[in-house]
Amino acid sequence: MALAALALTVIVFALTNLQPNLEKLARTQASTRMSDAEVASWLARNGYDRPMLIRYSEWLGVVPAWRGEDGTGGRCNTDPAPRFCGVLQGNWGWSTRFQGEVSAILGDRLAATGRLMFWVMLVMIPAALTLGILAGMREGSRIDRALSTVAITTTATPEYVSGVLLIALLASTQAGLSPLLTDLGLIDRPTLFLGNARSAATEPTFWNLALPVATIALAGMGYIARMTRASMAEVMAQPYIRTARLKGLPFRDIVLRHALRNALIAPFTVIMLQFPWLLNGVVITEVLFSYPGFGWTLVEAAGNNDIDLLLACSVVAVVLVLATQLISDLGYVWLNPRIRVR
Amino acid sequence: MPLLEIENLSISFQTRGLTIPAVTDFSLTIMPGEAMGLVGESGCGKSTVALGIMQDLGPAGRVTAGRVRFDARDLAALSPRDLRAIRGREIAMVYQEPMASLNPAMRVGAQLAEVPMTHEGTSRREALARARAMLADVHLPDPDRILRAYPHELSGGQQQRIVIAMALMSNPSLLILDEPTTALDVTVEAGIVDLLRELRRKHGTAMLFISHNLGLIRDTCDRLCVMYAGEAVETGTVAEVFTAMRHPYTQGLFRAIPRLAARRATEALVPIPGNAPLPQERPPGCNFGPRCPHVVPRRCDAQKIPMLPVAPPHASRCIRWDEIDWSARPPAGEIQPHAPSGETILRIEDLRKYYETGSGLFGPRAGAIVKANESLTFTVRQGETLAIVGESGCGKSTLAKLLVGLETATSGRILLDGHEVQHLPVEARPRAVVADLQMIFQNPADTLNPAISVGRQITRALEVFRQGASDADRRARTLDLLDLVQLPRAFAARLPRQLSGGQKQRVGIARAFASGARIVVADEPVSALDVSVQAAVTKLLTDMQRETGTTLIFISHDLALVRHLADRVMVMYLGHIVEIGPAEAVFSPPFHPYTEALLSAVPLPDPGAGQRRIVLEGDIPSATHPPPGCPFHTRCHRKAQVPGTLCETVLPPMQRFENGHAICCHLDRGILEGMAPVIAEPSSGQ
Repeated sequence: MALAALALTVIVFALTNLQPNLEKLARTQASTRMSDAEVASWLARNGYDRPMLIRYSEWLGVVPAWRGEDGTGGRCNTDPAPRFCGVLQGNWGWSTRFQGEVSAILGDRLAATGRLMFWVMLVMIPAALTLGILAGMREGSRIDRALSTVAITTTATPEYVSGVLLIALLASTQAGLSPLLTDLGLIDRPTLFLGNARSAATEPTFWNLALPVATIALAGMGYIARMTRASMAEVMAQPYIRTARLKGLPFRDIVLRHALRNALIAPFTVIMLQFPWLLNGVVITEVLFSYPGFGWTLVEAAGNNDIDLLLACSVVAVVLVLATQLISDLGYVWLNPRIRVR
Repeated sequence: MPLLEIENLSISFQTRGLTIPAVTDFSLTIMPGEAMGLVGESGCGKSTVALGIMQDLGPAGRVTAGRVRFDARDLAALSPRDLRAIRGREIAMVYQEPMASLNPAMRVGAQLAEVPMTHEGTSRREALARARAMLADVHLPDPDRILRAYPHELSGGQQQRIVIAMALMSNPSLLILDEPTTALDVTVEAGIVDLLRELRRKHGTAMLFISHNLGLIRDTCDRLCVMYAGEAVETGTVAEVFTAMRHPYTQGLFRAIPRLAARRATEALVPIPGNAPLPQERPPGCNFGPRCPHVVPRRCDAQKIPMLPVAPPHASRCIRWDEIDWSARPPAGEIQPHAPSGETILRIEDLRKYYETGSGLFGPRAGAIVKANESLTFTVRQGETLAIVGESGCGKSTLAKLLVGLETATSGRILLDGHEVQHLPVEARPRAVVADLQMIFQNPADTLNPAISVGRQITRALEVFRQGASDADRRARTLDLLDLVQLPRAFAARLPRQLSGGQKQRVGIARAFASGARIVVADEPVSALDVSVQAAVTKLLTDMQRETGTTLIFISHDLALVRHLADRVMVMYLGHIVEIGPAEAVFSPPFHPYTEALLSAVPLPDPGAGQRRIVLEGDIPSATHPPPGCPFHTRCHRKAQVPGTLCETVLPPMQRFENGHAICCHLDRGILEGMAPVIAEPSSGQ
């Protein structure tokens, strides 16, 4: 995990510290009308002109931090300044885009995304599993075909399509359902749901959070439902299900007590794999609904060459991916008694 | 009043617009407390009958005619709710694969308790108490541990006992057993058969016992019904049918199975020619007609043959039953004398194979070591048949893999003509060595490439071993090989899926002999085949061996088959050789106690055959933790005859008898030599 994080940050560091990117950074930070000479002196004054490897090591905290000529500037501006000042010392640096400590900004944004994801998971997983199990318990039946069609459609629709459709349909004062409902006096707001979720970061309500949650959940749901369906259909054909049937158990008991747990083993791994994959959806959806979370921050940081913030985002992504993998393996062991840690 | 009455039942399966008749015009009655046997080969419809009784044919299956009455109620007319009340409570079922028929993610206790909880509304607590009592009934040790266990934590024999306990939880009046011991080892099977007989005495449960094993039916049932191609062909009491069979198929089946009884073992097997017809390609008139030695054209195929009474309740579906001379023996006669064995060709010295297993969640651990083969020493002579017998986990397949180089030895030596080959994996062996040592595998379907024609696969073997001068020559040799394994030459262009199981195995044999192999290792070559086909393939294998003078190392769990064809026999247990010697010597006293138990556990189909019965306690120990001392001491029924703790502490020496017969046992020589035979001569019968 540490190795993966190290490799990824080296790459991100190298890309963000390419000379044109640094010149752009200097112009956005100081003045857009600076001459080339002024840019060079700004970079030198802020320590950006030294070899990349040394600066990366400083960021990491394995070589002493850089100081300006007057003893100020650089990563740690406290008094007295510590000798090392990098990630290993817990200092994630300064965000040039948001003018604040990276750790504070990222903490807020991660918390916001966490709230969003919590609601997504709460909606998506039960819906997907129900869909999959209902479809899979009687393979080939009408209910199976109907539900499978729904699942394939939602998965095949990317977030930037479903998000826009949802906004047009439910959150526009001109189109979709909202004008109709307002005319009928059924809602006292101009729109059924809010298309901009900026306010949801501070005070989430059903009104402002429903659309981003629905957008992410819809896209992720179909895939999990398909996996659950396949797994459920396979389990329902197993001899031990026949045993349960010929024991005289009612169909409901067969599904709930005998099939369910076995059918969840395969989708569980998929659900956990879904977490990092959902980051994609998070980036698109958060930008679409201007929700100030992790994905939105990542896009902002990338657009403004915010070196420290981007690096921190990369580390977070790596940790997230690997942590979910670990949880998925442990959960797999728990669900499947044939694999036990001795 | 009969408990179960099946009247002219017909069942069809619907697949892609095709209607496949699985069972036609099948009738059967079972009285309360009676044990009925249902015998037949794969695809004859016997399992379909069982599922038809249970009304569980799936979405594709349909009863097209006839009815099933249980306790005077028509099962097809019942509502799903009433049907559920019968399933598990009045009719219960035991299945072939115990592991597959238990829920892997549910504790055994919960699966057992479910039955009375569903049917009788028993509280969970009381249901578990009943489950615990039932476990004692099926003789499982430590019931509390087992109630909390998951199925995979138990052995195959224990799992089947659980399935039986589960079937008996609500004290049903009919128990359907679908090949309940087929997946189990023979010593474990003997225990299950004993248990079933005991439970029947105790509870008076009627049984429908489905099996392909005639010996097992003789051991367990009062009456039987023989099925062929979806029909009942002969029915009657076990005594009648076994002594005076009146259908050519039943008789053919009897003559095709190898016998363990001394006098019978030397008789040649008589295979039933051909294959069973596919359900949609059944001939007009008698289904067995095309394979029947007594068939009369324009009579047997003129009309549908009804079930004809012989002497009620004995009945046969043969219109010539009173014309055929049932005692006439087929011309095949005695087994031809075997060519004398020649020089030593293969010498195995102190061979060992250990596997390291166990990699946990957090990387590999210095884990358990599976001792698959322990200190094996024996020789194989040119032209002989050496049979290796033993139950699952005894290391016989590992030994086969070592011989052909699919695995390399941990220590010891394999000498082929005096050259060491044990350290060479097959890809590193010289071409001549690979050509000399060929293998026939258990499952022919898995070892033929499904996308390449049969002829091409044989030709490929010839190319690899540089046989034949040109492509044309190799093609001609391929056709010769097909002749040799008695397959039509036209089969060269066919794909494996167009062949039946027996035909595929013939291709496997042709391929093994293509290189001009001097030693052929056959790992259970016929155990995946039906009995009638088994005989034909076995006969082919021995004929080819005799003609080519090849050495055959024949690995099998079937003692009767081994007795039938082996010159020498080697008995293995937990990776050790426990007994080795000429076949006659191994199958008669003195015995190793394990050989003795194995012989006593084989269900004999011979009427009147006397057999001492020894049922071993417990299961085969795990090869990761083999017991110290003698590997067999944990189950040995003669341990008490050895003084002190010798068996538990010291690996027994090989005690040598005449003709190279050796037994690895601590028993006193006097006790060994004083043993009585296990199987007495059968008194009469066909």
